[in-house]
Amino acid sequence: MDTHSPHPGHDENVYDALSTADDDGRWAFGTGFDAGDAEITAPAPEGVDRADVATYCLMLADDALIASQRLAGWTAKAPELEEEVALANIALDLLGQARVLLSRAGHLGAAEPYRVGPQDDEDVLTYFRDDRAFRNVTLAETDLGDFGRTIAWILVFAAWRLALMQRLTGSRDPVLAAVAGKAVKELTYHRDYAAQWVLRLGDGTELSHARMQAGLDGVWPHVEELFLAHDVERRLVEAGVAVDPAELRGDVDAVVAQVLPAATLTRPETPAVGLVGGRGGRDGVHTEALGGVLALMQSLARAHPGATW
Amino acid sequence: MTVTEDQGPDLAALEADFDRTVAAEGRVEPRDWMPEGYRKTLIRQIAQHAHSEIIGMQPEGNWILRAPSLRRKAILLAKVQDEAGHGLYLYSATETLGVDRGELTEKLIDSKQKYSSIFNYPTLTFADIGVIGWLVDGAAIVNQVPLCRSSYGPYARAMVRICKEESFHQRQGFELLQTLMAGTDAQREMVQDAVDRWWWPSLMMFGPADGDSPNTQQSMAWRIKRHTNDELRQRYVDMTVPQAEALGVTLPDPELRWNDEREAHDFGDIDWDEFMQVVKGAGPCNAQRLASRRAAHENGQWVRDAATAYAAKQAARASEGAMSA
Repeated sequence: MDTHSPHPGHDENVYDALSTADDDGRWAFGTGFDAGDAEITAPAPEGVDRADVATYCLMLADDALIASQRLAGWTAKAPELEEEVALANIALDLLGQARVLLSRAGHLGAAEPYRVGPQDDEDVLTYFRDDRAFRNVTLAETDLGDFGRTIAWILVFAAWRLALMQRLTGSRDPVLAAVAGKAVKELTYHRDYAAQWVLRLGDGTELSHARMQAGLDGVWPHVEELFLAHDVERRLVEAGVAVDPAELRGDVDAVVAQVLPAATLTRPETPAVGLVGGRGGRDGVHTEALGGVLALMQSLARAHPGATW
Repeated sequence: MTVTEDQGPDLAALEADFDRTVAAEGRVEPRDWMPEGYRKTLIRQIAQHAHSEIIGMQPEGNWILRAPSLRRKAILLAKVQDEAGHGLYLYSATETLGVDRGELTEKLIDSKQKYSSIFNYPTLTFADIGVIGWLVDGAAIVNQVPLCRSSYGPYARAMVRICKEESFHQRQGFELLQTLMAGTDAQREMVQDAVDRWWWPSLMMFGPADGDSPNTQQSMAWRIKRHTNDELRQRYVDMTVPQAEALGVTLPDPELRWNDEREAHDFGDIDWDEFMQVVKGAGPCNAQRLASRRAAHENGQWVRDAATAYAAKQAARASEGAMSA
């Protein structure tokens, strides 16, 4: 038991103890600001274009923000309460990562073109940017479909982002390095959670095997884009700030090669989705799915452009 | 396992022992003997509470994807996650009484067990999220704090943890409303509109008036319940009125005023016809909430089946490995 053990006849005292308990730490739950708040305002590393760093922060922020939004769509729909809790955890971790990165991008000037009211940078960038200014990879915005497809999606997304964040801990930008340090722990859990479900579903029943395979086949067309470098990324790789996405292929392949055969599943051969005139999510050219995701996410904030919440 | 009532000559002694434990404010634990009626009452009450946590995720979940700031989105997502966690502890408490979660979920979606009627009202604006935290969680805390001293140990312990989180949620709700009241005219109107819709249903959360509450007396004798419905309702009103003043909202009851003689607030008559209608399934969202819960449960069946099949295969492999070793 704990220090709030109640005594007969003292309900009011119990209530007081509960309502005045020091929960202040929890006000920051999911914000991810606890470790790196001071560093948000650090200058961009010397000799590096500030706008490039801002754009790179937006890329990594938007991946997490849109992925979190998609995962939050599982609320009250998960197959079991334990999965309800786990999916919300993953969504909260990603939301926390997105919030620090958006604030960092805002500090480096990314929010100014979109500012219409008194909102914080993270909210200006989330609610008042149009889809063409979002820089996430298209995997993040795809429909999560059923639980099998969701698990395939988490496995690929977490394996890829984990490989990225592991390398980013060495970034010359102190905020990116700090975000990456925290994200590595979170993404390791996300990857392992997904891998365990890939095993259960792949090697469970005939039906679950078929659905798990279909889920992998469904997300696979968005995997190739994860390894393409944008010009901003190339310049920042040179400067020691960013990670070259092409380097991440080996890590993702290794996870896939380890988990799929153990789950009696096969590596999909579905072809990659084509880019539009050579441009993809990192350039702001998305699938049709993103417009719908943003319409819902932004509707209330945009109806009250002068308000804060 | 627990010894049952038909176990012969020691029954009277067991019952006397149980009565003594309860009367002395002791705790009844899962392995202890307990009367069947006590067990059934607890299962009904804890299951109803667990179902309320799970169904309650829907009206709040309705606003997660549209939350108008990332801070509010994180708070709401974490709150709804806590409710799933509360459902987990409470279903675990029922398992100590010999019923499992799957069985209770079936009863919920077949309308054989109830959940708090408050969740059969719709969340129409984002201010509803604040008002649910302030009023609905506030009422829940008043109901639940005495349950931290419930005679059944696993329930009492679960309630301590739940009450702490509920009081945290209530503060977050109140803080959201303070922010909106300090905001634009549209935000203030949104808050008053939400208070107007949720105030009376929140009073109904304490259940029927004492004269119409068939289970109260036995539950109080068993120390499962500590106060009557009307006592708790009065405490909630007295606690909430000054909070409403601090917030600057009007509670929609012209008869609400301080009574010097009673040292308590008088308030108007609750619409018990509406209450009974919602309890019987004809509230604004009853059908929607149950259909949604049923869909989630049925859509998840193949996943739960896979987990069971996989665990069985793993166990078989482990025993094969042990035999060949």
